[in-house]
Amino acid sequence: MNPVFQGLLTILIGVGGIFAYFVLSNMLLDKVLFPAKGPNASRNINRANLIRPWLFLAPTIIALSLYLVYPVIGSFIRSLYNRSGDQFIGFGNYSSLIASPDFRTAFMNNVLWALFVPAVSTFLGLVIAQLTDKLSWGNIAKSIIFMPMAISFVGASLIWKFVYAIDPNLGIINAIRASMGLNPLDVLQLAFWNNFFLMAILIWVQTGFAMVILSAALRGIPEETIEAAVIDGANPFQIFMKIQVPQVTGTIVVVWTTTTILVLKVFDIVYAMTGGNFNTQILPSYMMQFMFRDDGRATAVAIVIMLIVTPVMIQNIIQARKEMR
Amino acid sequence: MSGVTLKNTIKKYGDIQVVHGIDLEVEHGEFCVFVGPSGCGKSTLLRMIAGLEETTAGQINIGARDVTRLDPSDRGVAMVFQTYALYPHMTVQDNMGFGLKMNGHPKAEIAAKVAEASRILKLDEYLSRKPAALSGGQRQRVSIGRAIVRGPEVFLFDEPLSNLDAELRVEMRVEIARLHKEIGATMIYVTHDQVEAMTLADKIVVLRKGVIEQVGAPMDLYRDPDNKFVAGFIGSPAMNFMAGEIANGTVAVPGMKAHFDLGVTSHSGPVTVGMRAEHLVVDADGDTHTVDLTESLGGVSYVYLLGDTGERIVIEERGDQRSRLGDRVGITIDANRVYLFDAKTEARIRT
Repeated sequence: MNPVFQGLLTILIGVGGIFAYFVLSNMLLDKVLFPAKGPNASRNINRANLIRPWLFLAPTIIALSLYLVYPVIGSFIRSLYNRSGDQFIGFGNYSSLIASPDFRTAFMNNVLWALFVPAVSTFLGLVIAQLTDKLSWGNIAKSIIFMPMAISFVGASLIWKFVYAIDPNLGIINAIRASMGLNPLDVLQLAFWNNFFLMAILIWVQTGFAMVILSAALRGIPEETIEAAVIDGANPFQIFMKIQVPQVTGTIVVVWTTTTILVLKVFDIVYAMTGGNFNTQILPSYMMQFMFRDDGRATAVAIVIMLIVTPVMIQNIIQARKEMR
Repeated sequence: MSGVTLKNTIKKYGDIQVVHGIDLEVEHGEFCVFVGPSGCGKSTLLRMIAGLEETTAGQINIGARDVTRLDPSDRGVAMVFQTYALYPHMTVQDNMGFGLKMNGHPKAEIAAKVAEASRILKLDEYLSRKPAALSGGQRQRVSIGRAIVRGPEVFLFDEPLSNLDAELRVEMRVEIARLHKEIGATMIYVTHDQVEAMTLADKIVVLRKGVIEQVGAPMDLYRDPDNKFVAGFIGSPAMNFMAGEIANGTVAVPGMKAHFDLGVTSHSGPVTVGMRAEHLVVDADGDTHTVDLTESLGGVSYVYLLGDTGERIVIEERGDQRSRLGDRVGITIDANRVYLFDAKTEARIRT
């Protein structure tokens, strides 16, 4: 069979199947199990309404437990075994991780990433959202800033490899240095600062996201509160800091935490740019190093990452729910 | 002295002119109400005085100062918005003190002024609450408090009661009137509700389509409207209008089968005849109208009549004799109570 046809058929069966499941199971509930007529009509309606949410949630619950809960538990168990997976070693993988200087570098770098990237991209997003709001060409500027969102991290890394290239004919940094008569420099080998050159890539990708969400939030602020502040004598900077920003704090927190979670997952940039060399390792790329070679260690790193993400995640969900109210 | 003077003020959005050369004088300490249907430019005019809208041409003076090109905060005005426009993240106290804080007043002075405003508006127990924890009426009072604290020369109100329910609206109306008496500052108040205009104003400015139709004290506008629009807009229920014809100084009103010998010499031909509900009397012997609906409020009844000529009339009835649904009646009026308007220009024909 033609693979294109095969793919289309799969989509059709998948989407159609889910659609059919919802319609048919709902019909079964309303018409056969608890019909809304006869002597028990009202009792049947109440019962059907008790069951319906579970019916509709079932596919999601099953899919999530199969592909999310089971792997988490499975990974945790795997992390308690040795390299080949046949010997139980308790928390041996974890203690050897903590003892490893590479892990500690990756951990510290990751802390740096988790603080710096969300802070800068949220800040830039907020400032750009405000500055482009009243401009006639603001929407074009926003589209351009949003565009990197559509590029994969590996793609973005390739683009920035050119920016950071040593050849002054390719890399803008070295082109500037050459014009000032300085020797070319490989910024990716620049100890400590190379981390920030890598973070710049993720910030470049993520700022668009922050900008779009915060721009919508800023537009949601009642215009009258700003006008009242104008009459009250606040200057534009005070209006921004004391009237507008406080009214979008909730959104800022959501954007910040969402970006933090993303930061803790991204391995592609480090993997593609430096392969974790020159002390640029972070936890996700560190995990990749062990994958398929020492799954015990790799899963242990994965569990560590999950433990770090979970509190941020919970905070994010709480805030997002508050926003919806 | 801090009256407000507008000289030929014009507002244009691009090529579309919405305020057409308004001339107006608001005296110091006066309560002036801009009233008119929606889209008449009353809010735009108020926002021009506030400085939130740029004035395209003309001049705005507050007291002796020309403020046409000044920033809103330098004009000595404070504004109360329809949506209250409170800062949701600040307590009531901070909301009221924000203006003074922005202008660098010392903390002690801010606290004293906020305390004074909260005493006037009875907000003491809410000072540390946030706006979300207040009712609509309380929020609007905070908004007024914020205006008072700044000690402005002119208070601007932009439909401040429109978001409140009917009962609160009456209560706040009384409160605003009391406030004006207590503070004595110039106040300009925008509303589309002619009852608010009548009850609050020292001076009413009736606007339509960006033009002033008439300016005057409430009862002057009521008794002596310049044109059909003002006559129909001021007063509740609205004035009744019927078609009529002037011939030889006598006004014939076919809908009433009546003639009024008013000795009109300046005019002849078709006119619009205006009559207030409280001046019309139901004539049980007549046979020109059918009672379509009656609303009894106790002391008064409003009788809605459908004339044989298709014109609808509302009459106010008092006393023991009230019309009943379906009655065939006629209507009469004292000839001195009849208002005449040019059928085309809608201008008043004074007799």
